[in-house]
Amino acid sequence: MSIIDYRAELTRAGANLDTRWAKLRFLARRYPLGAFGAVIMALCVFAAVFAPYITVYDPLSTNAAFSLARPSAQHWLGCDFMGRDVYSRIVYGSRISLAVGIGSLGLGLTCGVLIGLTSGYLGGWIDLAAQRLIDILQSLPLLVMALLMTASLGPSLRNTIIAISIALIPSSARVVRSTTLSLREQPFVESAKAIGMSQVRIAFRHVLPNTLAPLIVLATAQLGATILIEATLSFLGLGVPEPHPSWGRMLSESAAEYVRTAPWLVIFPGLAISLVVFGTNLFGDALRDVLDPRQRS
Amino acid sequence: MGSYLVRRFGLMLLTLFGISLIIFVMLRIAPGNIADILFDAAGFVDPTEKAQIMKDLGLDQPLPVQYASWIGGLLQGDLGYSYVTDRPALAEILPRIPITARIAGLAVCFAALIGIPLGVISAVKQNTRLDYILRVLSLSALSMPNFWLGLLVLMGCVAYFGTIPIYSDAPQSFWQGLAMYSVPAAVVGIRSQALILRLTRSSMLEVLRQDYIRTARSKGASENVVNYHHALKNAVLPVVTVIGLEVAILLGGLVVIETVFNIPGVARFLIEAIRWRDYPIVQNIIMYIALIVVLVNFIVDMLYAALDPRIKYSD
Repeated sequence: MSIIDYRAELTRAGANLDTRWAKLRFLARRYPLGAFGAVIMALCVFAAVFAPYITVYDPLSTNAAFSLARPSAQHWLGCDFMGRDVYSRIVYGSRISLAVGIGSLGLGLTCGVLIGLTSGYLGGWIDLAAQRLIDILQSLPLLVMALLMTASLGPSLRNTIIAISIALIPSSARVVRSTTLSLREQPFVESAKAIGMSQVRIAFRHVLPNTLAPLIVLATAQLGATILIEATLSFLGLGVPEPHPSWGRMLSESAAEYVRTAPWLVIFPGLAISLVVFGTNLFGDALRDVLDPRQRS
Repeated sequence: MGSYLVRRFGLMLLTLFGISLIIFVMLRIAPGNIADILFDAAGFVDPTEKAQIMKDLGLDQPLPVQYASWIGGLLQGDLGYSYVTDRPALAEILPRIPITARIAGLAVCFAALIGIPLGVISAVKQNTRLDYILRVLSLSALSMPNFWLGLLVLMGCVAYFGTIPIYSDAPQSFWQGLAMYSVPAAVVGIRSQALILRLTRSSMLEVLRQDYIRTARSKGASENVVNYHHALKNAVLPVVTVIGLEVAILLGGLVVIETVFNIPGVARFLIEAIRWRDYPIVQNIIMYIALIVVLVNFIVDMLYAALDPRIKYSD
């Protein structure tokens, strides 16, 4: 049951459905944790878009006088070893996290959807070959696969996005393939065939839109994972290189030594990562409840 | 069952062959090999000397030959020599495996022993305050990067003991080792624990809605008997598979945690080898990880069939 009559369900619950805002308000009341997650995500996007307007210092400008300065009125979250303002770097860092999150998710999902759709819809030896490919890609943990890819491509923002997207392909390909397999036998696909629609058109116009609900659930769940992997790769020095203010990279500079001497350099970037991933997880959970009623608890 | 096993085994070999190809090709297209890195460090490049090093390391041969010699050696237990230390790769890798294996084993025990009971409690007390707290806690555990958690634990050690635990020396006794390794194991296992909690909860809730549970209730079975005798047995099945798969994911997490805690295990060694482009080490460790993942998948599939009489594999 992937199609829900929202209107009937909402009316039954006594919601005012006249405007888009009323619908949103209703959903927010029904899924308060999900709404909270959405707010966190919105904050992150806001920080990324308006970074220059909500910070005072340049995230890259160094100032020896403020090396390892404690959090103060001037530098809210303190300064790192090179005297760069941690607050500015965290705000600008949201751009990196979002760029990697959206970029690798988009790339990975596109490849995964194409593989899943063709293998599920066409079947036969193409399906067999695609499944073997997915098996192979899945025989390494997500992080190790991304590690292998970045080790090979070299550290840069673009390569980090590519590396993570390759690691993300199998799960979306699996999801799309399994939904496509059941959709292929549906009457509406048969009738589209009967009126002479081309295979490609049927696959993209009729089958693909019906795989969207599980795909969206998967994508939100993976957005958090993507941000975590980027942070991990950068932490290990294999992801987004200096001087980009990546959250993971900020932690790696501070790692073992600053645990003793400058705890603010450890606490705040990690807090930023955790908060954003927490937001996407909360949002993803609520979204799954809305889009996939079988899972509802 | 027999022919299924054979087919499944064949697919496993095919997957391993595929991943070995990917590992080999990806590491060969990597920019800069060990010779370049060594000469970069020295500051000047003598072409004949560089060619000699390339020849010594076998890097001048065509790629298929290099691949064949790697796989051929692998099958005979010869993993080649580390470019950096010149010692056999096997001798470099093997002593580091027990440390990582111990931490991974501890982490899995930790995750299962805490995750399953908490998941059951969360499901039985659905929509109570306790359930909400457990759900939010598990979701936060899934949101935290594990290296950050590790750093926070180190910070706690500094605040409490005034120093950071040191892992470079081998533990004196079993108990000391247990105490030492349980800290990183707890940090790396908390993600799996949260995942197992969530899965146990949803699986338990699903089972509790089934007819036979209602039957058990209506014939007067007590709440505890229904929950722990009737429901848990069936609910725990999907969890078993996830515990297996978590072993694989843990290996990824250990790469980071061993780096944070400075543990001389095989996972941190992988990162060092990647930085040095030490091909024999990198390709063998990643191959080893792939082997474990594929084997674990295989075992979990078989175990699932053994545990659930409804599942029969046929060809």
